[in-house]
Amino acid sequence: MSAMVFRGRVWIVGDNINTDLILPNKAFYLTHAEQAQYVFHANRPGWAQQVRPGDILIGGHNFGMGSSRAAARSLKNLGLACLVAESLNGLFLRNCVNFAFPALECAGISTAFCEGDTAEVDFESAQVRHVARGAVLSGKPLPSQLMALVQAGGVFQLLESEGLIAPKAD
Amino acid sequence: MGMTIAEKILAAKSGRKAVVPGDVVTVDVDTVILFDNNFMPNNWRDILKVADPERIVVTFDHRVPAPTQQAAAAQVTGRGFVKKFGIRRFHDVGHDQGISHQLVADYGYALPGSVLLCSDSHTCSAGVFNCLARGVGGPDIIYAAIKGQTWFRCGETVRYELTGRLPDAVTAKDAFLQIAGVHGAHATMNVEYGGPGAASLSINARKTLTAMSAELSAEFATFEADDVLADWLRARNPAPWSPVMADADARYHAVRKVDLSTLEPLVARPDSVVNNSQPVGQAQGTRIDQAYIGSCANGTQDDIELAARVVKGRRVASGVRFIVTPASQTVYRDTVASGAIRTLLEAGAMIAPPTCGACGGGHMGVLGPDEVCITSSTRNFKGRMGDPSSRVWMASPATVAASALTGAITDPREFLQ
Repeated sequence: MSAMVFRGRVWIVGDNINTDLILPNKAFYLTHAEQAQYVFHANRPGWAQQVRPGDILIGGHNFGMGSSRAAARSLKNLGLACLVAESLNGLFLRNCVNFAFPALECAGISTAFCEGDTAEVDFESAQVRHVARGAVLSGKPLPSQLMALVQAGGVFQLLESEGLIAPKAD
Repeated sequence: MGMTIAEKILAAKSGRKAVVPGDVVTVDVDTVILFDNNFMPNNWRDILKVADPERIVVTFDHRVPAPTQQAAAAQVTGRGFVKKFGIRRFHDVGHDQGISHQLVADYGYALPGSVLLCSDSHTCSAGVFNCLARGVGGPDIIYAAIKGQTWFRCGETVRYELTGRLPDAVTAKDAFLQIAGVHGAHATMNVEYGGPGAASLSINARKTLTAMSAELSAEFATFEADDVLADWLRARNPAPWSPVMADADARYHAVRKVDLSTLEPLVARPDSVVNNSQPVGQAQGTRIDQAYIGSCANGTQDDIELAARVVKGRRVASGVRFIVTPASQTVYRDTVASGAIRTLLEAGAMIAPPTCGACGGGHMGVLGPDEVCITSSTRNFKGRMGDPSSRVWMASPATVAASALTGAITDPREFLQ
């Protein structure tokens, strides 16, 4: 596994972003790729179409509150490199680990950047650097068991490698 | 150092002497519940072995009866899974079906001290039975079904010490809206309910508090065990169990008193459950298009019978759709037997089959552009129940029923003297 360091343009959203905003019910039956196009459909229509691969999402407190739906998968499939939030909802964090979408808790992140700035995120050391200003914020590293799951590619990748679920072309 | 209820169960199930907030532990899982969404083609992965079919429960609840071909296909996959592994606790569409969290109550599937998982966020509902129940992701469920284990991160615990007794027409939903309005999110923390006031609350009422604790972003919500719980379980499950009590010197993030006797009917304004409550009087007169009673939080026999008391001998306002969704076939049968369903029908309610239905905007009462709904279900997020421009107010089943009668948000005390 290569080092998990991401450098990209940032987008910023506020506190209490919920899963219904990330993956609305109307997208439930669609393919994973199609679902990603509905991220923030209700609160920021047209945003998903502006995201470029490698962009970084910055969130506020309790990011991902709400349901157990695979909202983290949609953020990953949208091409976002990672998420950095003031705090992550516990259930949402589980799905970030499940789908191997790097998500970091980092106090102060929501005011350290403006939209369009470039951030460099070292996921393993939990460091976030404002590339233009050089300022560095330290986040909370993921517990080692969970980091191992992310690095294994998530739960399905792990179970597939152990022969416990059937392979699936996805 | 003493432990809270959640810490004690985490320690017991992970084989440790003690756990403290911050620990990440691997625990044995007693019950894994799968439902129709798990089997949708974009979520499901074909499982090649399971740890123990006796620990698995399967129900179809989110989209029942199947409203689309995709939903029907998910059920076909689910039936295949049940057959392949000989799952005995299968609640197919028909006599035994219901919302998973209601089935846990109906059939006594959660015993004190046990660990229960389901990939629906309101799984914390089952914590009413003095156990650890958590909503997890779909992949977590597949992992737990295969390996019989999962991981948890132990958080701090907030204890709510209940005293007094709810006034008539004031419900556990109002008590929840009081807590959510004042204290907001409890992210990363557990919620523990107890105290002398708990004895006056039925299991159904307590279950509203534990199910709604998902909206506090709580990790686990647990009630203490008492005679009310013991009587409920004894009637449904002969298996032995022991209560789990917090230690006298347990460490809490906070202990907060809630005097049930001082509460009044509340509503949550649209778009957020927490930090968004106000007395019903302040919203009085807000026009509605739809009134909804149902969901894992408020689709119980108590809820439906309370709604029937409100509407008895009256008619739903013209232009209002009043949709009542029993949370399970058992609840449906019991409320037919008690006469509540007939009373609601005569008032002009539509009775939907047991399903999560419109709570998640799935079917059976989805909202159109600019429509306004008052609901006793679990969430009022923007766009949750349908069009992004629709508005969802949240209140107790009594307040929802009273509002259905007048066509505007209404204090239920007018109808329950």
